[in-house]
Amino acid sequence: MPPFEQLLEWSVKIAVGFIILMTMVAYLSLIERRLLAFIQMRYGPNRVGPFGLFQPIADGLKFIFKEDLIPLDADKFLYVMAPALSLVPALMTFTLIPVGGEVTLPLLDRPIALHITSINVGILAVLAMTGMGVHGIVLAGYASNNKYSLLGGLRSSAQLVSYELAMSLSIIGVLIQAGSLDLVTIVERQGGGWGLGWHVFWFQPLGFFVFLVSMIAETNRAPFDLPEAESELVAGFHTEYSSMKFAMFFIAEYANMVTAAAMATTLFLGGWQGPGVTRWPWLGPVYFLLKVAFFLFLYVWLRASSPRLRYDQLMDFGWKFLLPLALVNVVLSATLALWF
Amino acid sequence: MVPLSWYLILSAALFAIGAVGVFVKNNIISTLLCLELMLNAANLAFVAFSIFQGTIEGQLFVILVMAVAAAEAGVGLAIVIALFRNRETLDVDESSLLKL
Amino acid sequence: MTFQQLLFIGFAALVLGGGIAVVLLRNPLYGAFALITSFVGLSALYVMMGAQFIGAAQIVVYAGAIMMLFVFVIMLLNVRADEERPPRHRFLVWLAAPLALLLSAGLWLAVAGVQGDRAPSGEAGTVERVGKNLMTRYLLPFELTSVLILLAVVGALHLAKREKE
Repeated sequence: MPPFEQLLEWSVKIAVGFIILMTMVAYLSLIERRLLAFIQMRYGPNRVGPFGLFQPIADGLKFIFKEDLIPLDADKFLYVMAPALSLVPALMTFTLIPVGGEVTLPLLDRPIALHITSINVGILAVLAMTGMGVHGIVLAGYASNNKYSLLGGLRSSAQLVSYELAMSLSIIGVLIQAGSLDLVTIVERQGGGWGLGWHVFWFQPLGFFVFLVSMIAETNRAPFDLPEAESELVAGFHTEYSSMKFAMFFIAEYANMVTAAAMATTLFLGGWQGPGVTRWPWLGPVYFLLKVAFFLFLYVWLRASSPRLRYDQLMDFGWKFLLPLALVNVVLSATLALWF
Repeated sequence: MVPLSWYLILSAALFAIGAVGVFVKNNIISTLLCLELMLNAANLAFVAFSIFQGTIEGQLFVILVMAVAAAEAGVGLAIVIALFRNRETLDVDESSLLKL
Repeated sequence: MTFQQLLFIGFAALVLGGGIAVVLLRNPLYGAFALITSFVGLSALYVMMGAQFIGAAQIVVYAGAIMMLFVFVIMLLNVRADEERPPRHRFLVWLAAPLALLLSAGLWLAVAGVQGDRAPSGEAGTVERVGKNLMTRYLLPFELTSVLILLAVVGALHLAKREKE
């Protein structure tokens, strides 16, 4: 393939992926508010457009027109850098996730793979990027020069490091079974058997549980949203942020949610695999979106129905329960891999 | 193609910068940061040799160096916290006595 | 000058710039983030050479875990900036630069003539190759590192623990 064509393909894929991700993020915020309202027996935002469908646009406009404040004592450079540092890794992760198999487009003579790129160290690269996202939050906490922000940043760093450990270990079971770190290969290995080949059924249920819990903690969502616990820390690390800078943190959080859901789908729920996907490849992205939507629903459901953990409970749960469980899963997977 | 010597020269320069940092900085945390810089310079040379000789040992050594660096950072920062608790300072010049 | 060499120069500038910033900046937190920049550049260089696993591990272990630890401690102790060095030690700063140049030149002379006999290939550092060697021939050093890490965990816990009165 000539390099120019390759570059063009990448650019188009990145642009399409970016637009879809941004739309998902925008409507995720609306769906979250509507669902929360439904669970709490109230209406939620329903005035802007039919069923409140234009609410995200109104929110976006509002963010743009708000005054952009920088606190007097803040560390200006780091204060401005922090939102970008938290947003960029959140968006970058999506380049590695396969949303479908190979499809044919009407005007092209060759099949197009529905992932932006696939590399030998896929999962490690995803972990690396999510790991980098932490720095933005911590930096925001430090740069704001505000005690609530600092506490939020400190909590966040401790929490993310603790749960990243359990998350990485829970993935090892999948790696042992799939025999590859490449996300495309991992999805392909889970095909067949009427969905029983998915890792969540085929001897990784424990790993799935650990991954699910630590992924919610990694994205700072309820019931693990200690870094922004509003009852004690005002708004945690983004207390001082306003306007587009706050919007960037907001987008980063929701993009991280989508990414984590997509990772869980890819690793444990068979990615884009589903009935009939070999005959009609365009069904792949549909199945993928449905599975991702399931996890996103779970996020909102948990937020609506579970109280926030206390800080020491959070640490105890991560280190004394999830981590040993993940280790047990590694040993179990290795043992089972010898037999099957 | 990038020749091997470029990587090695970069590694040498990085090592020298790290060494200067260890000499010049008086904040113990900054000293530790510069130490990491020196370790990474060594890593770069290891990987470059490993790739250009077609052997794998250099890369395996880098993994071990990373583990050692993690251990070093953990213990080093624990010492920093203990030091700060005892003396209320991070200045290495102020902490030259074994006893308070 | 090929495209690869241009890339190398760009990433090398990132690495060296980050390194110099670590030494020059007085605020340790800025230093930590300069170091992260440097690590990102190094990781890109590893990937360029074909050592993909090391490149990813560099970000996960160094930029993610180790630097997180540094940033955490800097924030915990709330270090804002270095104090000025007392006058009796200030001559060391002026001594350091020439010594560094000397060291740099010495290392340079030692390595400038070295030639590699293989061209780097994309398959040189894949996960499979690194993993197979690490788990078979070099298993003992690998296991020993795990003991080292365990020791470090216990040691760090003991050192940082608040003593009970």
